[in-house]
Amino acid sequence: MRALLALLLALAAPLALAHKPSDSYLGIRVEGASVSGQWDIALRDLEFAIGLDDSGDGDVTWGEVRAHHTDIAAYSLARLKLRSGGADCSARATAFLVDDHSDGAYSVMRFVASCPAEVTTLEIGYSLFADLDPQHKGLLRLEHGPATRTAIFSPERATQSFELEEISALTQFFDYGREGVWHIWIGFDHILFLLSLLLPAVLVFEGGRWRPVARFPPAFWEVFKIVTSFTVAHSITLSLAALGVIALPSRLVESAIAISVLLAALNNVFPMVHGRRWMVAFAFGLIHGFGFASVLKDLGLPQGTLLVALVGFNLGVELGQLAIVSAFLPATYWLRASWFYRRLVFVGGSLAIVAIAAIWLAERAFNLKIISA
Amino acid sequence: MSRSATVIRTFRTFIIGMIIDIARALAIASFAAAAQAAPYVPENDATVLERLPVRPGDSVARELRRLRAGLARDPRDLEVALRLAERYFELAGAEGDPRYIGYAQAALKPWWDLPDAPAGARVMRAIVKQYSHDFSGALRDLEAATREDPKNALAWSWRAAIHMVQADYAAARADCEALRGIETELGAVGCMAYVDGTTGKAAAAHRALAAALARDSSASSTTKVWVLTRLAEMSLRQGDAKKSEEHFRAALGLDVRDQFLLAAWADFLLDQGRPSEVMAQLRDWVRSDILLLRLALAEKALGAPAAKEHIQALKARFDAAALRGDKLHLQEEARFNLHLLGQKEKALALAEENWKSQREPRDARVLLEAALATNDPSAAKEAFDWLERSGHEDPHLRQTAEKLKTLKR
Repeated sequence: MRALLALLLALAAPLALAHKPSDSYLGIRVEGASVSGQWDIALRDLEFAIGLDDSGDGDVTWGEVRAHHTDIAAYSLARLKLRSGGADCSARATAFLVDDHSDGAYSVMRFVASCPAEVTTLEIGYSLFADLDPQHKGLLRLEHGPATRTAIFSPERATQSFELEEISALTQFFDYGREGVWHIWIGFDHILFLLSLLLPAVLVFEGGRWRPVARFPPAFWEVFKIVTSFTVAHSITLSLAALGVIALPSRLVESAIAISVLLAALNNVFPMVHGRRWMVAFAFGLIHGFGFASVLKDLGLPQGTLLVALVGFNLGVELGQLAIVSAFLPATYWLRASWFYRRLVFVGGSLAIVAIAAIWLAERAFNLKIISA
Repeated sequence: MSRSATVIRTFRTFIIGMIIDIARALAIASFAAAAQAAPYVPENDATVLERLPVRPGDSVARELRRLRAGLARDPRDLEVALRLAERYFELAGAEGDPRYIGYAQAALKPWWDLPDAPAGARVMRAIVKQYSHDFSGALRDLEAATREDPKNALAWSWRAAIHMVQADYAAARADCEALRGIETELGAVGCMAYVDGTTGKAAAAHRALAAALARDSSASSTTKVWVLTRLAEMSLRQGDAKKSEEHFRAALGLDVRDQFLLAAWADFLLDQGRPSEVMAQLRDWVRSDILLLRLALAEKALGAPAAKEHIQALKARFDAAALRGDKLHLQEEARFNLHLLGQKEKALALAEENWKSQREPRDARVLLEAALATNDPSAAKEAFDWLERSGHEDPHLRQTAEKLKTLKR
């Protein structure tokens, strides 16, 4: 009956690949002589290679994966050879997370490696699971400056070399500029702080209540003063922190940023400071600058062209800010007299910002996790 | 290149990048509250991340461990290697997970590139090759194996199977003929009935196979499931949906985990306009691409809300396959594009490409349907020729072909 079973398998073969085969996703970023990466490996594959399900119940839990993080790092990094200029760039794991891909859960390992000199040609040798599953493939995404390329590793193509284009200072400048724009747009705390200060710009506080401004120029200059002083302030601290002159603990900085958002929004509902909002923007802008600096540090600062990166990043932040303001101001000026703006947007919006900032503060100051960000 | 040109180029890249960033920032902002597809640290240690298809304590797992340990002691022990490979093929069939094919290949490593490998190793090697659609490589190995060992029933069966996929019916018949006497009666009859049932003799094939099944009292449940599924298909080709359903139900009643049976049954129900039964049957099979495709088709037919999510999941899986450079899912991908995304041109291109390597009734069907949807009868010429040559009876296929032919005029 053996053969009939084979026939049964064979005749269904076109259907047989009902699942995604085994792949890993390897992301590598090269900056000068340093390499950073993220490697997503299916838990199914790791279970087969090193065994994860210690309890033997068929379920792989986070606790079981966590207990094997050292094994995962040792097993996988031993099967990834990074070489530059004839020398090894030894890698070590820095963080472990989890991600869900279309075919199940993956272990996500972040790692760093340092090469002896600036990388011009990166040679990657990939032999993960080559002995266990010759059909396994490694899908590489290699980033260097603005350039990204992809490659597929298999036992037939286990070692591949990648020539890295030299990055000009100009490219780097724009590259960091883009990161700056990007950061202000996804950095909700900075946006909310700015909005809290800008919301009242089209209104004036007179006789104990907010009234719409009569003309556009005063509103414009108010916004101009706020944005400029915020910019000047955070440029100062961003530069000082990036150059390593001052260093503050990130928990303190992040908490202080949350407080700044909280106070700025609260001031709209219960006015305490008015007329000199640019000074508030300046004072708190100093704190936000430290926040920007930590992002810049995470991006990896190129030695040698530190200034280019710093100026590029800072100008990017300003540009991103300008884009937000230029969309914001005409709209609020147009709506300033309406009930919708004065009640719903101004009061309701400020209260909403207060609530969000309070949650951030609790999360950051006490290391809680209330809303996932 | 001049310096100013470089500046302009870099600046353009920057602006384009910024526009992309705006879109990304808006997308992130709109999903900020919802769960993001980004790496995360699970809440607590008890969070279950993955359910394994085989538990370490299962008898299958124990046997696999024993065989692997044996092979670790002596990687050149052919007997253990072949047994291990075989177990993996069975698992691949039951679970539909191609990983097991890779594991089988690893077990065969010492014989993988050997030009004069023993027949047993050649057959296993051929099975691995055909899974990655290297049909000619597989046939070379199988031909060598049957030359060396003409009584190797496994090799003849696989030859028949591959010839069927290639629509080489004369060769498949010869392979089935060779099985007579070296395989059980049900095996040999099943092989021939499969060829006959595809080539316009469904009634006779059905009679012969049903009689052989009735005579064989020792057939295993898995074998019975296979035979009953084939009988169901043959009944359907004769236009007897009632009889077909009886066979399907008998097969389902055997309680064997078999996704091919479920896929055929789901297709039957979809054709009969009974999508709600498909939904009930396949609810727990979302991990299997082929069954998820059927589930999504049923959900779409019913306007069920889950359809959207499942279509997205399928799209992600096809994209992932494209990323790794696989072209093994073409038939399913064509169906997906045609019926779930409404991308007719793409579906037709995929169906045409698929037809180059695979020529079974399913493959002809999606090619005909895609050609009909795009009003392009000439694209289905090869499917017409195949229908003509094979004499295949399936009423649905014949009707689709007729409709296409009327477009021609």
